[in-house]
Amino acid sequence: MTDTTLNPAAVAPAKVVRRDIGLKRRYAAERRFKIYGITAIAIGLFFLVALLYSVISNGYTAFWQTEVSLSVKLDEKVIDPTNKRATDPTVLLTANYPILVRNALAEKLGVSLDDKPAIRELSKLVSDGSRSQLRELVSGNPALIGTTQNLWVLTGGDIDSAFKGQIDLSVDQANRKVSDRQVAWMNTLAKEGAMAQRFNSGLFTFGASSRPETSGLGVALIGSLYMMLIVLCLSLPIGVAASIYLEEYAKKSRLTDIIEVNINNLAAVPSIVFGLLGLAVFINFFGLPRSASLVGGLVLTLMTLPTIIIATRAALRAVPPSIRSAALGIGASKTQMVFHHVLPLAAPGILTGTIIGLAHALGETAPLLLIGMVAFVANYPVTPLDPSTALPVQIYMWANEAERAFVERTSGAIIVLLLFLAVMNIGAIILRRRFERRW
Amino acid sequence: MSTLLVLVIVVAIGLVGFFLGRQRAISKDDRSVKAHSLPHYHGWWVFLVSVLPAIIFILVWAIGSSFYIERQAINSLPVHNSESVIASQSLELGMVGGIARGLDKLTDQERANLPTTFSELRPLLSSKGVALATEGQDFMIPVAVQWNKSTARAHNIGAVVAIVLAVAGAIFGLSGVNVRTRARNNVERIILWGLLAASTIAILTTVGIVLSMLFQTITFFQSVTPSSFFFGTVWDPRFSAAGGNGAQGQFGLIPLLAGTLYIALVAMLFAVPVGLFAAIYMAEYASRSVRSVVKPLLEVLAGIPTIVYGFFALVTVGPFLRDISAAISGGYPFIMAQSVLTAGIVMGVMLIPFVSSLSDDIITAVPGSLRDGSLGLGSTRSETIRRVVLPAALPGIVGALLLTASRAIGETMIVVLAAGVAANLNINPFDAMTTITVKIVNQLTGDLEFNSPQTLVAFALGLTLFFITLAMNIFALYIVRKYREQYE
Repeated sequence: MTDTTLNPAAVAPAKVVRRDIGLKRRYAAERRFKIYGITAIAIGLFFLVALLYSVISNGYTAFWQTEVSLSVKLDEKVIDPTNKRATDPTVLLTANYPILVRNALAEKLGVSLDDKPAIRELSKLVSDGSRSQLRELVSGNPALIGTTQNLWVLTGGDIDSAFKGQIDLSVDQANRKVSDRQVAWMNTLAKEGAMAQRFNSGLFTFGASSRPETSGLGVALIGSLYMMLIVLCLSLPIGVAASIYLEEYAKKSRLTDIIEVNINNLAAVPSIVFGLLGLAVFINFFGLPRSASLVGGLVLTLMTLPTIIIATRAALRAVPPSIRSAALGIGASKTQMVFHHVLPLAAPGILTGTIIGLAHALGETAPLLLIGMVAFVANYPVTPLDPSTALPVQIYMWANEAERAFVERTSGAIIVLLLFLAVMNIGAIILRRRFERRW
Repeated sequence: MSTLLVLVIVVAIGLVGFFLGRQRAISKDDRSVKAHSLPHYHGWWVFLVSVLPAIIFILVWAIGSSFYIERQAINSLPVHNSESVIASQSLELGMVGGIARGLDKLTDQERANLPTTFSELRPLLSSKGVALATEGQDFMIPVAVQWNKSTARAHNIGAVVAIVLAVAGAIFGLSGVNVRTRARNNVERIILWGLLAASTIAILTTVGIVLSMLFQTITFFQSVTPSSFFFGTVWDPRFSAAGGNGAQGQFGLIPLLAGTLYIALVAMLFAVPVGLFAAIYMAEYASRSVRSVVKPLLEVLAGIPTIVYGFFALVTVGPFLRDISAAISGGYPFIMAQSVLTAGIVMGVMLIPFVSSLSDDIITAVPGSLRDGSLGLGSTRSETIRRVVLPAALPGIVGALLLTASRAIGETMIVVLAAGVAANLNINPFDAMTTITVKIVNQLTGDLEFNSPQTLVAFALGLTLFFITLAMNIFALYIVRKYREQYE
């Protein structure tokens, strides 16, 4: 019992010496730690902004395309020199339309048709897409032959880039794609108001083309649409059915364990592996056609299924057990309980998960490369069995092109893709906010 | 009759059966005995017994008959003395199939006086929009005609049998409708089987992945030894030598694996600190309002498709790094536009939201009592995080990082556009290296010849990739699950 008999002098020291616990240092460390966190978030946000800025600044010009207004004389001597169009329909399809456009342009700029080098440079001012434009016009209405039509004709890709100021004109003309003479013509036309940027509807309607000004997303949009429909029609019912089984019916057994591990793993398998699966099974084994959006849809379905299953199971789990007990208590069978009570309550959550899964599938590229979606498809696919491309695959193909105008197109296509994704994700968020119920 | 029409007819029969069955159940119920099932369950039961067997039959018949017709066509092709019988046979079969498809589009009149030589037939078919290769032979035409005949016959037989099956099923179902028939239980049993079947698709997918790649890989290992694949240090598949003799090309996995791991390492070195600190800040420091803005913004990064990241690396980050390095060294760009560094950084950006949201969940799951205890003992917040929260969350974070790393290894589009295609084996992060995924894409885009090692190697690479990521995922899921149980 020595503690109780302490010396009073030792208990009450004259002066309190505070132990140095390094507060200053520790607070500094605290501040540093906080700054690290803020820096990390700033880095993440910086890259988000940089990425969006890079895409938008490169791509917003793709929605406008330079066109030139010409009064084209649909000369019968050029279109149908032998006057056989009544008997031979191919005459109107194979006629030399670019000459008409070239002549109209030469007339407008006052260039003599005998000046061959000038004419050759001049003809590069307009796109070869004028051929199909005039062909459709004339073969749609042959009565127009012999008249003069005022038309807006696409300019060539390089002229388009130059007109948008994307080509450095201070470089010596030998080292750039547009000559000084072409630039001069361009400026003349622009001053007259005959050359202008107009909304680029071709970006959404054209198919594949080797020329930037006549290539568009038409085929890719249709292909992606088909794929999304297939993914929706297959993965939603299958995913919901699988989740219902696992969540409501399955007893804990070997089989359900294996299924669960499988689903979790499939969600993390690299997407390119699904492409290999599609190539080996759907194309090689079942003999489905390459490049078909059906195969793409099937592959994306397998890839999306785990996402939808995981989301659906979470939604089913969120429905409180009291609902189930109440349904069973008034005499519903288990199936009636699930389909009449649990499923409707879980529907908003399931839909949200489905939309997010679809958005993922829409942006997926790698598996589609392996099943031959990297294809030059100029015609619209009519059925899901026809060759087509997809939106992200089109972006990939354009990204590999060298011309400046394709960088612009690629960024434009990315903007389109991101807009679709944004709409889908915002839709999912709104759906969740509006219908989500907390129990 | 097209398959679609047959399907529509079968479903129509089923629907008629549904209404008849329901009607019959209503009329049989005279209220003397309590009916076992509601009338519409009887209807559904009739629908299912009429439609299901018919649809299953249509599927089996379609696969079986096309297989049978193909065998028949192969047997009627003349025997060749060429060496690669299988290859030429499948080529000829493809030609015959093409001709048969073309013949389908002819009018009856044209078909009646069909040209007997291929050189006459080809322009006729191409005028119908069926383009054929030039190496068709005359003997293929009768085989193709026979092919079409058998196909049409098989089709008609199948259609008749399917419709008969549907009608018989409906009659069987209708005859069973009775007040005490347990129609609901029957229907529910079928629904349960359907649900079970849907959930096995996950297993089927995995089995499909493994089997399909395994078969191709085994074929690949017949021409290239496994040891030269797994331990080879040179990647030189020689596309031009496809089908040629002698010059085989070398398929060494090591440079690709090294490139994959290197780029993933750079990406993780970038993403882990950034993601982890962002997660810590958001979980421990940020106010609710900051969190509600920043977290979704960071998650936008996860929603951007990887092709967009690839393009970003290609046109922005790569040239930027190249110009910066040129400015530093005074003219000579020591960082190539396509390099390990470019791909790694951009992939790291992509991975930030994965690291941060996974770690965020794990850090917030650490019980508050641990934090309160530490703060109560006088430690600062950062000390609490470093000494208490992070050690407690460590297993979960390791699991999250493993999941992220497996994603980095399997990532394709960024490296395809930003890492380059040269299979170098070096340690300079400023040079281009290539990855397993890039080579899978390279080997499988373009014209395919399915039995050459040049394409088969892609499946061996895919299988390797699958097993690497599978092992990481299983381990990570195991850790995460084990950790979660600790605090729940």
